[in-house]
Amino acid sequence: MSKVEPLVIIGSGPAGYTAAIYAARAQLSPILLEGSVTAGGALMNTTEVENFPGFQKGIMGPALMEEMRAQAEKFGTRFITDDAVKVDLKGDVKTIQDGSGNTYQAKAVILATGSGYKKIGLPKEETLSGRGVSYCATCDGFFFKEQTIAVVGGGDSALEEATFLTRFASKVYLIHRRNELRASRIMQQRAQNDPKIEFVWNSQVIDILGEDKVSGVKIKDTVTGEEKNLSLTGLFVAIGHEPRSELLKGQINLDENGYVQTTPASTKTNIDGVFACGDLVDHVYRQAITAAGTGCQAALDAERFLALHGIFSA
Amino acid sequence: MATLILTDATFETEIKNATTPILVDFWAEWCGPCKMIAPILEQVAAENVGKIVIAKLNVDENPKTAQALGITSIPTMNIYQNGEIVKTIVGAKPKPALLADLAAFL
Repeated sequence: MSKVEPLVIIGSGPAGYTAAIYAARAQLSPILLEGSVTAGGALMNTTEVENFPGFQKGIMGPALMEEMRAQAEKFGTRFITDDAVKVDLKGDVKTIQDGSGNTYQAKAVILATGSGYKKIGLPKEETLSGRGVSYCATCDGFFFKEQTIAVVGGGDSALEEATFLTRFASKVYLIHRRNELRASRIMQQRAQNDPKIEFVWNSQVIDILGEDKVSGVKIKDTVTGEEKNLSLTGLFVAIGHEPRSELLKGQINLDENGYVQTTPASTKTNIDGVFACGDLVDHVYRQAITAAGTGCQAALDAERFLALHGIFSA
Repeated sequence: MATLILTDATFETEIKNATTPILVDFWAEWCGPCKMIAPILEQVAAENVGKIVIAKLNVDENPKTAQALGITSIPTMNIYQNGEIVKTIVGAKPKPALLADLAAFL
């Protein structure tokens, strides 16, 4: 069994990395489990981030995450590139087990596991994944040169993907179940001014067509109930995210959608010494900057908690 | 490097001549999840010498093979045995999950 650390942070991305920067500067020498294949979080699959303050020319999502990680490392964060697979958060000493079987013990834990993409929930979605169904425009856009494809969704990620995909595709349908978008104005305008993007409003994808590969989708008008087929070769799913809280079930209070519940205006969970931040908590704002903000709060809350218990540094 | 680099020119031959199962990782520089899975595949290769060959094909530099195989997502990992595709894994996953997928070949 390892020694008891002051603080373990589970999850990377802007929340986890910012928590690590603050905690490391407070000389808590945090251990950060950044995830074996998810290190850096959702921004690793985005292109240009235009709204992160301090980068007036924009910065690529992965580059921003590299910067944050390096900053956390500079102040003494110890990174473990693995996943937390088991946690026991109750009691004064929390234990966390990683995918390689190593166990970590800590007085305080910050949860920052973020969110994963949501699937539509159609049976063909699984079988045609990698055969035209994709969840990563930056990874897979390349395979759809001069083809007709669709993005499902209506938020900023959906519009960013649609706009990005016009670099490759000859036509991009944007299928959205309502007649207005959640996305920011600037993203909407950019998409609406793009001659390659065609909006398909009030429509729900009810089936994916094709046996070995995607040949189209069946959509249903959410107002009239009318059904029709669209011919296309690629379907990019961007209908939102769900919190990665599977690991925490039964240990900590979650809301009905699986988000970790925190005391208002803090990052405290219902368990002493356990703090939560980023998209794991936030189903309202979900921005890189808000995740970073709550990551900072979590580190400060953890630092205060440790100080109250007489633990200042490693 | 424990992994074998394949190209459009060498793909067919290497698949045909493999004496063990061969996993081909189709990847590209711009793909975040591909970068995440790369070190895990290196480990799997190093830990399973003689049981499975781990190979990589850059789809950006070698578009013909990926196109012929109908690959539309990366990372895609195809496993070949006796020249035939016997399993396809799409997307990066943690090492324990990948090892579980590969259990039959190790």
